[in-house]
Amino acid sequence: MDMKRDYYEDVQLFSSGVKLFWFILLILFLALYPLLFKNYYVYVANYIAINVLVAIGLNLLVGYTGQISLGHSGFFAIGAFGTIVLMTEAHFPFLLALFAAALVTAVFGFLIGLPALRLEGPYLSIATLGFGLSITRIIGRIELFGGRQGLHAPELVIGPWHLNSDRDFYYLLITITVILTLAARNLVKTKVGRAFVAIRDADIAAQTMGVNLMYYKTLAFALSAFYTGLAGGLYAFVLRFIEPELFSLLMSILFLAMVVVGGLGSIFGAIAGAVLLSWLDLELRNILSIPYLGAWLEVLSRSYFSITGVSNIQYILYGFIMVLIMLFEPLGIFGLWIRTKIYWRTWPF
Amino acid sequence: MTDFLQMIASGIAVGSSYALMGLAMVIIYKTSEVVNFAQGEMALLSLFLTYMVLEFHGVPYYVAFPGALLFAVFLGCFLEFAVLRRAKEPNVLGMIIITIGIEMILMGLVSWKFGADPKTMPFPIGPYDSVAIGEVFVSSLEVLTFVTAIALMVVLFLFFRYSKLGVAMKATQQNSMAARLMGIKTKRILMITWGISSFVGCTAGLLIAPTTMQPYMMWDPMLKGFAAAVMGGMTSLPGSVFGAYLIGIIENLFGGYISIEFKSVVAFFIIVLVLCVKPSGLFARHFVKKV
Repeated sequence: MDMKRDYYEDVQLFSSGVKLFWFILLILFLALYPLLFKNYYVYVANYIAINVLVAIGLNLLVGYTGQISLGHSGFFAIGAFGTIVLMTEAHFPFLLALFAAALVTAVFGFLIGLPALRLEGPYLSIATLGFGLSITRIIGRIELFGGRQGLHAPELVIGPWHLNSDRDFYYLLITITVILTLAARNLVKTKVGRAFVAIRDADIAAQTMGVNLMYYKTLAFALSAFYTGLAGGLYAFVLRFIEPELFSLLMSILFLAMVVVGGLGSIFGAIAGAVLLSWLDLELRNILSIPYLGAWLEVLSRSYFSITGVSNIQYILYGFIMVLIMLFEPLGIFGLWIRTKIYWRTWPF
Repeated sequence: MTDFLQMIASGIAVGSSYALMGLAMVIIYKTSEVVNFAQGEMALLSLFLTYMVLEFHGVPYYVAFPGALLFAVFLGCFLEFAVLRRAKEPNVLGMIIITIGIEMILMGLVSWKFGADPKTMPFPIGPYDSVAIGEVFVSSLEVLTFVTAIALMVVLFLFFRYSKLGVAMKATQQNSMAARLMGIKTKRILMITWGISSFVGCTAGLLIAPTTMQPYMMWDPMLKGFAAAVMGGMTSLPGSVFGAYLIGIIENLFGGYISIEFKSVVAFFIIVLVLCVKPSGLFARHFVKKV
């Protein structure tokens, strides 16, 4: 791989001019995106951007710090309901409400991080899973959060701008996503990120070297919850209507799947996994209208399976992706990318 | 007082099915340190196939139920052989992801084939038959579940303690390298473990199916069974059974006296509390990692 010559090369945000060039190209593409595509694809982009935020947040926890979480839909729910309630009940402006709700989510993350200090593996997964399941029940019970009926998102106004279409919201969302992605990339290159990685690889060794386990593990949980809560707040405005049932265990599993499919311990991987899986998610919702394949599947379902359950093909496909990635490329899409890069760099040999 | 006893009784009854699921998960975790999230769905597949042959092909019970258990053993062995064994760099998280993936595939297949609407599983004992013990009424099915759970637990306990295969499984868990050097074919042992675990899970499923039968039916028992297993320490068979009964009873008392709405999540709250005090569960010796 690349030779690292000095420390500053290790910590700088873009390791080469080529990367910076591609990054600028990507930003340009993102800026022009709503002008190039139809409304539906702008909605798709919004949906993907939300999942990218969650995947980056979850990857900070799972991929970098090595703590498993099956309860991220809980944080997502807190962010979503928190933002709306702060706007409608406390009359906070949108951005303030969004960040306040994300901070509240971070506090919850910190609280979950406390028992996590003593737990690992299956013990931690059941604890986080329990959190995710209970939080939606509790939200569904409280009248302030709309009970079981759910909540409608209020009108979105920032200063002089009324952001009511997907296109208007797109720019806000993409700005936040790009900033937070860069922030995460910056974070993992600093002392904090290296402490996370040290904890993942060998927590006792890390402690011996002077990494404060308590501080960094709870920080990882809080940070991850912050990203997820922020994404939740934005998600409420993409959907415009949220109800507790939405934030199920399946959602937590899909978040985890994004991180794993993309590549554990890599920001690029988190983005790739989130883009791939959330795009598949939207595409496969009306699987029968896919050209050629849809008709074939319909015949297959009618003769051997049932036509009512045809949407479940999505889960079968997800399952296969998860299993195959874990079996053949444990580093996910990021691993594939690295391997392809090395293969072509050294090509004839 | 009768109310209280009734709640305890239904707690024990529901605890029995948690106990069976918990046992199934512990058996796998004990030998290979894999948390098997697909446990419920492995049973689900055999259950729906049993339902199909019973309902549409007129196969009698005494063929269908043993057939289901046999199929479950085969399925467990197959999954271990075809999927789990092929994992490149097995670690806790990776294995969890693989089993969740298997879970989604099986769940998707079953829902695709049978749709999401509830079914009724034909069963020799009707859902409304009941037995009176003193002033408390318990359904016959619940009694059957309880007896099966206890019997299976005793058999498994004896199996792990005294049989050659059981001891080999224990050896594989404790030190697979040393076990291999002693002539144990550890891979085959793992495969058999998955078969046995799938068998236990399918038994649980067969006893749950007469009351509810739809593609999501195994989620709750599986999660509660997992919670019970974690409470008991994840490696102890009696621990997981004890945890399951404790969860079943607490859940029912909580549902009866405090709030019916939070009945199904109170278990997880208790788990978190227990784990805060004893991070490795109630019955396991605390696991100290060697560096």
